[in-house]
Amino acid sequence: MNKIQGYRRYVPGTQPPHLHPAYVSSIKRAPLQPLVVLPHTLSEITGPVFGPEIADVKACDLTRQHSGEPLGERIIVSGRVLDENSRPVPYTLVEIWQANAAGRYLHGIDQHNAPLDPNFTGCGHAVTDSEGRYRFVTIRPGEYPWGNHHNAWRPAHIHFSVFGPAFATRLVTQMYFQGDPLIPFDPIFNCTDDEAARNRLISQFDWETTIPSQALGHRFDIVLSGRESTPMETHAHGEKS
Amino acid sequence: MSLQATTWQTVGPFFSIGFSWLYRDNLAGPGVSGERVEIVGRILDGDGKPVPDGIVEIWQANSQGKYAHPEDPQKKQDEPGFTGYGRVPTDDSGRFRFTTIKPGRVPGPDGKLQAPHLAVSVFTRGLLRRLITRIYFPDEPSNAEDFALNLAEAGRRGTLIARKIDGQAGALEWNVILQGPGETVFFDV
Repeated sequence: MNKIQGYRRYVPGTQPPHLHPAYVSSIKRAPLQPLVVLPHTLSEITGPVFGPEIADVKACDLTRQHSGEPLGERIIVSGRVLDENSRPVPYTLVEIWQANAAGRYLHGIDQHNAPLDPNFTGCGHAVTDSEGRYRFVTIRPGEYPWGNHHNAWRPAHIHFSVFGPAFATRLVTQMYFQGDPLIPFDPIFNCTDDEAARNRLISQFDWETTIPSQALGHRFDIVLSGRESTPMETHAHGEKS
Repeated sequence: MSLQATTWQTVGPFFSIGFSWLYRDNLAGPGVSGERVEIVGRILDGDGKPVPDGIVEIWQANSQGKYAHPEDPQKKQDEPGFTGYGRVPTDDSGRFRFTTIKPGRVPGPDGKLQAPHLAVSVFTRGLLRRLITRIYFPDEPSNAEDFALNLAEAGRRGTLIARKIDGQAGALEWNVILQGPGETVFFDV
């Protein structure tokens, strides 16, 4: 029998609850029954594999997907995908989507009366390199109003989706911008109890990735669940590994 | 050095912008071996209303019970062209639909085989993080001894098992009830 080396469980408080009434949409959609804790099996420690061929150059430069350049401030968003053991997560798929510079999504149900930009779709994807690095060129998304409560505005953000090596390591999150005055008022940003965990969603301005005369750099590192230090069956039998 | 996993955030209502390039509603192209099944269902909220802004991701083994992944150590046959991954959005009536093959049995704890199942992630606007569940198959004797099914309360276990649709060979129905009566069993993975 092969031993299964599972992934670590989240540290309590560092992930959002399902029910967070300040985010009104969670009220009727959050499950009310307790989750059933599932020990990791081969089904959870494996996951979809996407090769480097799935990425193309256009997909990681959101400013070059149309005939003209999109409006707004060009930025570089880059970082590393790591696991909790500080190991890079190489060759994994990272997807992003976002509003345009005016705070409008290219989506049929976005009713915000800000203009669409014919030169901006707002989606991209990349595969991390051997050191877990990814890099996107895009424009800084605008803030926008939403219907959660009176005078509700989302801070500027970029949605991120990351797979990692296993079903258990899947992550979808949002990246924010340093100094955004809307962050303290946003019920989605604030859904996680742990302040340090929340603040890690805020990207850092970065000289190193800034391109002179071209674009400011913002750095956003992503951490996926890491491996348990010992295989689970060893745990179960109380042996030393 | 030890880091902490990044906190989840909702996919929000506009995820199709980022996700649609990888929609895959047919996991088993021509030539992939196995018993073909079409699975249809709806995502419903706590008021029984359809969730039109939801998405389902599927992860599964091939018909031999082998995952297309470097960490599957089993000496079973790989299936060229079968990745085991699917991604389907819901429509305006909360409905999703995909075609695949029934997977073989894969190892579980204590050296026992698990019953055939699909691992499923559910994302919707309003969910701050994904919900994780499984789809099992009807008329499958190994369900009775499946460890994950048996972790769920007996009265709720049925939410994990797809139902046959009368008169349609190979068609199965499996719904996701996010909340309330008939709430689907969700796992902490």
